[in-house]
Amino acid sequence: MTKDRFKNTALIQASLKKRYARERRFQMYGKLAVLAGFVFLFVLLFDIVSKGTPAFTQQHISIAVNIDVDALGVSSTASQDEISKADFSSLIKSSLREMFPDVKSRGDKRQLYRLVSIGAEYDLRDKVLADPTLLGKKQDIWMLAHSQAASYLKGQITRVIPEAERKVKNQQMDWLDRLREQGRTKSSFNTTFFTYGDSREPELAGIRAALQGSLFTLMVTFALAFPIGVFAAVYLEEFAPRNRLTDLIEININNLAAVPSIVFGLLGLAVFINFFELPRSAPLVGGIVLSLMTLPTIIITSRAAIQAVSPSIREAALGVGASKLQTVFHHVLPVAMPGILTGSIIGMAQALGESAPLLMIGMVAFIMDVPGGVTDSSTVLPVQIYLWADSPERGFTEKTSAAIMVLMGFLILMNALAIILRKRFELK
Amino acid sequence: MQGSEKINAPQLMAHGAVPNEAVGLDIHAHSDVSDYETTGKPFVDNAKMSARNVNVFYGEKRAIMDVSLDIGENEVIAMIGPSGCGKSTFLRSLNRMNDIIPICKVKGDVFLDGENIYAGNQDTVLLRARVGMVFQKPNPFPKSIYENVAYGPRIHGLAHSKAELDEIVEKSLRRASLWDEVKDVLDQPGTGLSGGQQQRLCIARAIAVSPEVILMDEPCSALDPIATARIEELIDELKERFTIAIVTHSMQQAARVSQRTAYFHLGKLIEVGDTKQVFTMPAHELTENYITGRFG
Repeated sequence: MTKDRFKNTALIQASLKKRYARERRFQMYGKLAVLAGFVFLFVLLFDIVSKGTPAFTQQHISIAVNIDVDALGVSSTASQDEISKADFSSLIKSSLREMFPDVKSRGDKRQLYRLVSIGAEYDLRDKVLADPTLLGKKQDIWMLAHSQAASYLKGQITRVIPEAERKVKNQQMDWLDRLREQGRTKSSFNTTFFTYGDSREPELAGIRAALQGSLFTLMVTFALAFPIGVFAAVYLEEFAPRNRLTDLIEININNLAAVPSIVFGLLGLAVFINFFELPRSAPLVGGIVLSLMTLPTIIITSRAAIQAVSPSIREAALGVGASKLQTVFHHVLPVAMPGILTGSIIGMAQALGESAPLLMIGMVAFIMDVPGGVTDSSTVLPVQIYLWADSPERGFTEKTSAAIMVLMGFLILMNALAIILRKRFELK
Repeated sequence: MQGSEKINAPQLMAHGAVPNEAVGLDIHAHSDVSDYETTGKPFVDNAKMSARNVNVFYGEKRAIMDVSLDIGENEVIAMIGPSGCGKSTFLRSLNRMNDIIPICKVKGDVFLDGENIYAGNQDTVLLRARVGMVFQKPNPFPKSIYENVAYGPRIHGLAHSKAELDEIVEKSLRRASLWDEVKDVLDQPGTGLSGGQQQRLCIARAIAVSPEVILMDEPCSALDPIATARIEELIDELKERFTIAIVTHSMQQAARVSQRTAYFHLGKLIEVGDTKQVFTMPAHELTENYITGRFG
C-alpha cells in the first residue's frame, strides 16, 4: 500500500513538468495572439491617423486685394444684389498678377491662379456682402489655398519628387516660398471640414452633409428598429406560446441576422423605392433599410437580456398579484433595459458603419447640400468615405482618412455610451 | 445508510416505477408509495383552503400524487419531507404559481373559501392577491424599500392617496417587524438590506396586499440562525391575522412554529396531524424514520 503511494507520487511528479510546460506553452500562444491583434490594430490606426491628421489643418494665403469698384463693375453704393453678381474671380486673378508682376505667359498665369482655391471668390464676395464699406479699399485678405498648393505648404510634396511626377510645379513652389517668407501663408484648424458638404475641390470638401445624412438615417433606424425590436422580443419571450410557428419565427430571426446587408439594400430598392415610390437617396429609405438590418440584432440581444432576468423577480411580482403585463413592464423590462440598450446601441453602431445597402438605394450620389430632412437627398459617412476613397487627388486621400477618424470617433462614442448606460442602470 | 433496511416495511413492497425526482435517496429501492393513503387527519372543520386529489405533472413526470389536505383558518401548517418529495410543488399549486412553468400541469381541485381556484372562471391575479407568497430566496424588487412594499397595494388600487399608501407601507413593515430598522432609509434599495431583512421585507410586501393566506416556501433556508429566529417569531405573530402554510427543511422549525404538520414523501402525503403528535408519536414508519433523522 505505502509502496504504491510512493510510486504514484513519483509518477505524478514526473507528469507535472510536462503538464506545466503545456500550460506555459498555451499561455504563450494566447499572448502571441493578443499581441498580433494589437499590432494589426495599431498599424491600421497609425496609418489612418497619420494620413488623416493633415486634413484637419487648412492653408490660407494672404492676397493684397484692391476691391476696386471699376474692376468689379459695380457702383460704390452697390446693392447686395449687384455685389452678388459681381466678378470676384477676375478681381482675385488681377490681385495675384499685381503681387507677382514678373509672371507674363498665359501658362504661368494659369499656374499662378491655381495657388488659390476657387472657393476664395465666394468667400470674398460674402465678405464684401457682409461689409459693403470694403468696396474701394485695398486690403490683405486671407484666402483658402488650392489643395495642391496646400499640400506643398503642409510639406506633403517636396522638391525631391521629380517635377513631372507632381502637380505642384517648381515655379508654384517658388511663389509659395516667397509668400511664406513674407508671412503671407498660415495654417489653421480646418473648421470647414465640419461645416461644408461634399465638393469636387478637395480643399472645399467637408463631411457636414454626410454627418447630417447619417444622423437622419440613424434617427429613422432607431425610431423604427428599437420599439419594434423590443416589443417583438418581449412578445416572443414572455407571451408567445412555444410551438412550431414560434420556433420557425425564431429560426428566421436568427437567419436574418446573418443575411448579407446588401440583400437588404436590394429589398429596399425593390420594395420601398420601386413599389412604394419613396424618394431615392433619402435618409428615410436608408433608415428603413438599416432598421430591417438592425432588427434581428436588437431582437436577439433583447431576448437574451429578458431571458437573463432572474425568475425570482418574476415570481415576486406574480406572487403579489401583478398581471403578466405588469410583471413585464414594471419589473422585467427595467432590469433587462441595460442589456437591451447595449444591444440596440451596438446595432445602431453597425448601422452607422454600413454602406453596402445604402449604395443600392442611391445614397451614393454626389450631394453637396446639407440635407434638411429625412426626404432630402443625402449621403452618409461610410458612403462619403467610399466616394472620397475613389477620388485620385491627394487632397481626398487625407479627407478619406479624416472621415474614417470621425466615423470611428462616433463609433467609440456610441460604444462608450452603451457602457455608461449599462453601468448607470445596473447601479439602481 | 443503515436505515434503508428498516424502511423495507411490508406495505412498501418494492415494485418498480418510482418518480426519479428523489434519486439519491437510498430508500427508494425498497419503497413504493404509489397506492398509499394518507394517515392521520388531513381534514379540518374550519378549512380555509382545501386541496382534493391534487396531482401535479412536470411533463410526463408525476410530482404530486392524489394529495388531499385542508388548511384551517388562522392556523400554521408545516409541510416537511425529504428533498424532492413535492412539498414545494404542492405549496405552489395553492396559488397557481405552477401555472408559470410551461410544462407543469395540475389536476384536481383546490378550494379557497369553498371556491375552486382551478375553475375556468377564476382569475390568478385575484387569487394571488388573496393567497400571498414568500419565497425560498429573498427576492426583493431592485427598487427602494418603500416601493417594494407599496407595489402590491398600488397595482391593486388599495390606497386612494399617498397618505393612505404611506400608512399601508408603515403598517406592513411594522407587522414584519422591520419598520424600526428601515424607517429612515425607505428610499434605499431593498436589495441593499441583509438577507434576514430582505426576507422580512418580502413578508412585508406579501402582507401589504392583506392576503388571507400566506404561503412560505422554505423562508429561512438562506438565513442565519438569528435571522431565522426573528422570522419564526414573526410567523407566530402573523398567525393571528393570516392563515399560513410553510414548507421547511428544518424539523425544529416545523415543531416550533406550526400547529399541524404534513409529511410528504415521493410526491405522496404520508401523514398529517397535530404537530405535537407527529413529532412525538408518528403513526407512520416513514414519518418516524424521517423525523428521527434516518434519512432526508
